[in-house]
Amino acid sequence: MRVLMFGWEFPPHISGGLGTACFGMTQALARKGAEIIFVLPHVERGSGQNGFLRMRGASGTPVSPQVAQSMAQAGHELWTRSIRCLQVESPLVPYLTPQGYAQALECLRQGTAGGSPVGPVYPQQGEPHGRDVTYALHGGYGPDLMTEVRRYSQLAAAIAVQERFDVIHVHDWMTYPAGMLARELTGKPLVAHIHATEYDRSGLNINEQVAGIERAGLNAADVVVAVSRLTRKTVIDRYGVPPEKVVVVHNAVARHEAQRHYLVPQRIRHEKRVLFLGRVTFQKGPEYFMEAARLVLQKIPNARFFMAGSGDMLPELIRRAGQLRIGNRFHFAGFLRGEDVDRMFALSDLYVMPSVSEPFGITPLEAMLYDVPVLLSRQSGVSEVLEHALKADFWDTRDMADKICAVLRYPCLAAELVKNCREEMKSIRWENAADQLLTIYRDVLGGR
Amino acid sequence: MPALCLCFSIHEPYQLRRYTVFDMGQSSVYEDDDQNCDALLRAARLCYLPACDLLLKLVRRYAGAFAVSLSISGTALDLFEQYTPEVTESLCALAETGCVEFVAETSAHSLAFLYSREEFDRQVKAQCARLKGLFGKKPTAFMHTECVYNNDLAAALQQLGFKTVLAEGADHVLGWRSPNWVYRPVSGPKMNLLLRNAGLSDDLGQRFGDRSWSGWPLTADKFAAWVHSLADKSDVINIFTDFHMFGLRHAHETGIFDFMEALPEALLADNRFRFATPCSIAGKCAPAGDVDVPQFMSWEDHGHDLTSWLGNDMQKDAIHALYGLAARVRASGDKMLLHDYERLQTADHFRHMSTKWFSGPRADRPNPFDSPYDAYITYMNVLADFELRLDAAELSSKTSKSRRASRSHVSSGTGASA
Repeated sequence: MRVLMFGWEFPPHISGGLGTACFGMTQALARKGAEIIFVLPHVERGSGQNGFLRMRGASGTPVSPQVAQSMAQAGHELWTRSIRCLQVESPLVPYLTPQGYAQALECLRQGTAGGSPVGPVYPQQGEPHGRDVTYALHGGYGPDLMTEVRRYSQLAAAIAVQERFDVIHVHDWMTYPAGMLARELTGKPLVAHIHATEYDRSGLNINEQVAGIERAGLNAADVVVAVSRLTRKTVIDRYGVPPEKVVVVHNAVARHEAQRHYLVPQRIRHEKRVLFLGRVTFQKGPEYFMEAARLVLQKIPNARFFMAGSGDMLPELIRRAGQLRIGNRFHFAGFLRGEDVDRMFALSDLYVMPSVSEPFGITPLEAMLYDVPVLLSRQSGVSEVLEHALKADFWDTRDMADKICAVLRYPCLAAELVKNCREEMKSIRWENAADQLLTIYRDVLGGR
Repeated sequence: MPALCLCFSIHEPYQLRRYTVFDMGQSSVYEDDDQNCDALLRAARLCYLPACDLLLKLVRRYAGAFAVSLSISGTALDLFEQYTPEVTESLCALAETGCVEFVAETSAHSLAFLYSREEFDRQVKAQCARLKGLFGKKPTAFMHTECVYNNDLAAALQQLGFKTVLAEGADHVLGWRSPNWVYRPVSGPKMNLLLRNAGLSDDLGQRFGDRSWSGWPLTADKFAAWVHSLADKSDVINIFTDFHMFGLRHAHETGIFDFMEALPEALLADNRFRFATPCSIAGKCAPAGDVDVPQFMSWEDHGHDLTSWLGNDMQKDAIHALYGLAARVRASGDKMLLHDYERLQTADHFRHMSTKWFSGPRADRPNPFDSPYDAYITYMNVLADFELRLDAAELSSKTSKSRRASRSHVSSGTGASA
């Protein structure tokens, strides 16, 4: 089985759970014998060397005139048929011709001065209308994400034309246009994996462009893989995807090879620490965590709260902590990477995920690897697979605070949670997810 | 002449409300009155009223040939009095026929015996007095909460003046022996021990409505034939089960009421058989041998042990915390505290914390909490508030005592000067 996978992030360059999920999934798939070509917007030299898959950066891939021609046709049809709003609202339409692109680039340079995610064009030899075209992509989630997504779709589709494979598997909306283009060009089946919908990220103030791409991608796919029953329902309700096309494959967690043991420093051993780790954005419900912290501190004044992560709500929350006069007990750890994440988990007595809307949420599983008990919002996909976790509705901060207090006060509660979770974790493995995915690949191929 | 001894356990608990750490010290209303009322009204409508009517009808129809025994918890009696007095009336009507024996248990449906003998004795005596007051007869037989039994219990009951004890007939204790004889506890030589026939009891109590069970559908004739086949090898066949089997565990549509109505005729068709109650058996059958039960056993699950209530550390922590207060509560003598303390002992609270059968508590006895962890959190919060009240009561009695002491000191001083 050869799989062409389009993804937006991959360890070590990640900013959320998507990269972690892609890593665990591809590793398990490779172990099961699948051959994976993973296409990222941008692969740095020296990094991304993985034994189990072949990684390709879309950035700088030449698009030959013939491919460009057919892409233009396929693309034109696609865009006009399904992603109409992108066509209308994108500032860079159309940009398949170098002139148009240069103009748009100029516009963009003026618009986003400094730290612009848009790279230079690599002009190739030849006539203006007969030469290869390419773009430089940076990946990430910059201010001009939409442009990156469009360019990525062209370049990734060009890779699709070069490669041999059986199935196209795409992760989240950024790669859906690429998947759709590749499907049109190669005729291979498209599996669209949905890790988060626009409705999860933004509530009801959705970005119409993004929602449009999601709708088009999901409806164009042969199979949609949702990370939880919750997400499956969102996809069916919001985007009208036929229910029989949507399959649930729960995420899992990859075990670290060698876990370091971190000792709790002597001076803070008498205190209890509660952790929030995630993007500080609407979707993750950080303000509910802070409200719960305020309530807990009324009962247990020497508890400590850590908020690790960054995001658009961070400044507001820092102000709020000051306003509540809990700054000396509520700490902002910033965005953590690598070993710092491990250390943070290991020092915590409880991990809280108060997400307003969480399609899956891998971090609680990671916390459990460190034997940290978890408190989840009921509005998360991961609570579908975790029986032995405390659960609360994200808006019910009193309930949340009550449960935090209980874990901090009664050691046997934490011990019982950890003991049962450890048992439960044995069945939450990427291997199981990979088996399900392979079945899906086979089914979708067999249907042809 | 073999007898069929039917004993149904009637128990309804007072469930706790979701009591948070923020209620602690603010509110001492622990129970979810709305929920308890709703659950009881439903149970009365589906189970207690129609089942009592049926039993009354059968007793009258067979004029003495049909008899059952009932073990009723004190909390159930409280709830009936509070919300559905007509159930109490039905039970009184059954008592008046003389064909229904009432078996004693602890008033709080508690596990007090495991942790506090004093508390246990107090609850048993209170329950016996209450049963005598309500139904006119002092019980002579005893069935512990969930059929829990061991040697020590038999010894304690003999001291309390009981003649018969009903217990689980777990295979691991009986070994090759059959539960269908009357036995004698090694620790209570004057007592009779009636052991539950687990297979037949669970056929009725658990499996009756299960369509995947090989015995389904169970008719009265089929069941009677199973019982009749034991004719030569038994003195008494003990069917002990939950009264919820009528209408709650097995819905009316499964035919459980029709089954019960047809059972006496089917069983009595073989004239060697009769119905009996524990008290009537006690005089008639001589014990077939001694039974030694050093470990606790119960009618619960496959293990027939205590792990449903005391299987994990949360349960043990909670029950140790509870009985750690026993001496102080009794010493305080505060009526409200004693009342609440008894209610907190109901075994259901601990069962809700069980992680053993996480996926499926019984449909007729649902866990009011989402998870065993929530049950534990709530219970510990309640217990913490209870302890705060206890502290306050002790403090106020101490200060009033010292005030009284100082006052008497002053008065004696004035007396001396005079």
